[in-house]
Amino acid sequence: MSAPLVVEINKLWSVFRAEGVPTVIHQDLDLKIAQGELLSIVGGSGSGKTVLLRQMLGLEKPARGSVTVLGHPAAELGRAGAASRVGMLFQHGALFSAFTVLENIAFPLRELGTLPADLVRDVAMVKLQMVGLDARHAHKMPADLSGGMVKRVALARALVMDPPLLLLDEPTAGLDPDSADGFCALLQGLHRELGLTVVMVTHDLDTIFELSTRVAVVADKHVVVDAPPREVVGFEHPFVNDFFRGGRGRRAQALLHPTPDAV
Amino acid sequence: MRTESASSVLLLHGRWTADQLAVPAVWQGLPERLRPAGTDQALVWDLRKLQRLDHTGAQLLWNAWGQQWPAQLQLLPEQRVMLERVAQFTAPAPAPVPYSWHAVYLGLGRRVMAVVNHLSGAVRLLGQLVLDLLRLVRHPLQAPWRDISGHLYRIGATAMPITALVGFLIGVVLAYLMSQQLRQFGADAFIVNILGLSLIRELGPVLAAILIAGRSGSAITAQIGVMRVTEELDAMRVLGIAKGFRLVMPRTVAMALAMPLLSVWTTLAALLGGMLAADLAMGLTPAYFISALPKTVEIANLWLALAKSMVFGVLIALVACHYGLRVKPNTQSLGEGTTASVVTSITVVILVDALFAVLFKGVGL
Repeated sequence: MSAPLVVEINKLWSVFRAEGVPTVIHQDLDLKIAQGELLSIVGGSGSGKTVLLRQMLGLEKPARGSVTVLGHPAAELGRAGAASRVGMLFQHGALFSAFTVLENIAFPLRELGTLPADLVRDVAMVKLQMVGLDARHAHKMPADLSGGMVKRVALARALVMDPPLLLLDEPTAGLDPDSADGFCALLQGLHRELGLTVVMVTHDLDTIFELSTRVAVVADKHVVVDAPPREVVGFEHPFVNDFFRGGRGRRAQALLHPTPDAV
Repeated sequence: MRTESASSVLLLHGRWTADQLAVPAVWQGLPERLRPAGTDQALVWDLRKLQRLDHTGAQLLWNAWGQQWPAQLQLLPEQRVMLERVAQFTAPAPAPVPYSWHAVYLGLGRRVMAVVNHLSGAVRLLGQLVLDLLRLVRHPLQAPWRDISGHLYRIGATAMPITALVGFLIGVVLAYLMSQQLRQFGADAFIVNILGLSLIRELGPVLAAILIAGRSGSAITAQIGVMRVTEELDAMRVLGIAKGFRLVMPRTVAMALAMPLLSVWTTLAALLGGMLAADLAMGLTPAYFISALPKTVEIANLWLALAKSMVFGVLIALVACHYGLRVKPNTQSLGEGTTASVVTSITVVILVDALFAVLFKGVGL
């Protein structure tokens, strides 16, 4: 793999304290993500997938080890102009409820303070339509949108400054199959056209097999396997067995293999 | 980032990205340089040397070209894809509804309807409360007693330090102020009458009510409002749990019980402050103060204060629940609801206090 590394996680420990009792979420976790990859992070509930994303965003502090994103420690990401480095799609969208759709998308650009309002508005309108929304939704409030539309607006906001790295937390959760397929196609298109590096946390097997170039399985407090989807499916681990080779997993793999191989 | 025009070829360099363009030194003068070039038909645009172009940069170029392709353009395939997308999607934002007198007229009507709506909502809330209280009396075992005791603790017990402090200080201030005036007339002993009557009948209940409106009224509105934002209210409805019986009634009952107690507590703290200040400022001994108080202030004043406090408590709780239940699922509405709740409940408390003063002017004076 010769492409430069976008995310480099070294011996990461994440520890939470609930009433003084430490709970270790990650223990010596290593993960490297190269430019242009579309990586799915998979794991059971409570295995710390979202915490891993939050570590990459610098929203959590490593107890030990280091998280380097685009050559800088993740903790430094939050400075002004962060939207030009990393885009994040939160699970529930996290749209600013006091702003309209257009204002939400334009917010990171407008906060830069230099670009004129009409240019910012044009850029936001292009992003709005790029994620498959109609221009007439521009002045709606987030409370008036459906779940799928909220995700699309949130994606447009995450992409407004064309960051090289896009993080997605459960991008298709709560979407109907049709919207989820549409969202996958949209992500795939954006990944191809913009050369984005995409990291997503998901439980949706269809999304995993359809989109990812690589799958990282988080279990037992670290990444147990990190390989292309085909290889991950054959890996021997209790979680991998249950997750990929249960009934749902086999059905979803029909997407991956034209004829399901014997497992 | 620079543009270079040599022999009618405009060569763009550098990183035309949102974060670079937003650097004031870079942006300075750029639109002015782009605009004349954009309409120059003889000019050849060359984007191939650009390190990076993002959608903001592409939009800037597209707008500079007057939203059409320039006559002569040399660019890389991925730049073409990006510019084509910008070209495809550039659209004027749908115009927001324009300002007009008709809209103002309609807005006035909306406001009147909103007031009517608020009043009818308040009446409905009050009616529901009466029904819920009847249910409480008829089926006392079904009542959410744990909720009531929890609210009693949060509204009542935890407010004791702050009400005592404020009451004490007001007592001290009043006593010092009045001792100056009374001494001029040699009417030192009357400080017991004035302090006793004003604190017990008026200031104690009103002070406590205003503090509780700010402290617990806002908390109730925010609590119920967040329940709306997180769809907990909808969940309760779906589970068949009456929000009047489980949310409004316990808070109102707790407030109705806690307010008179807090009012007496505040009055006591204020009297203590006044008594100490009277001792220090005028040498009026606490023993005299205590013995003179029951003679100068009729006990009816205390009953009036207690009744008033209970009414204040019910009103604060109802106003707080009313605004809490009206919060819409967004942050702005939550903030507005909380503010409106506190302002309204304090106003209502003072209005009702004035009403009491007029109605009971013959009692205890």
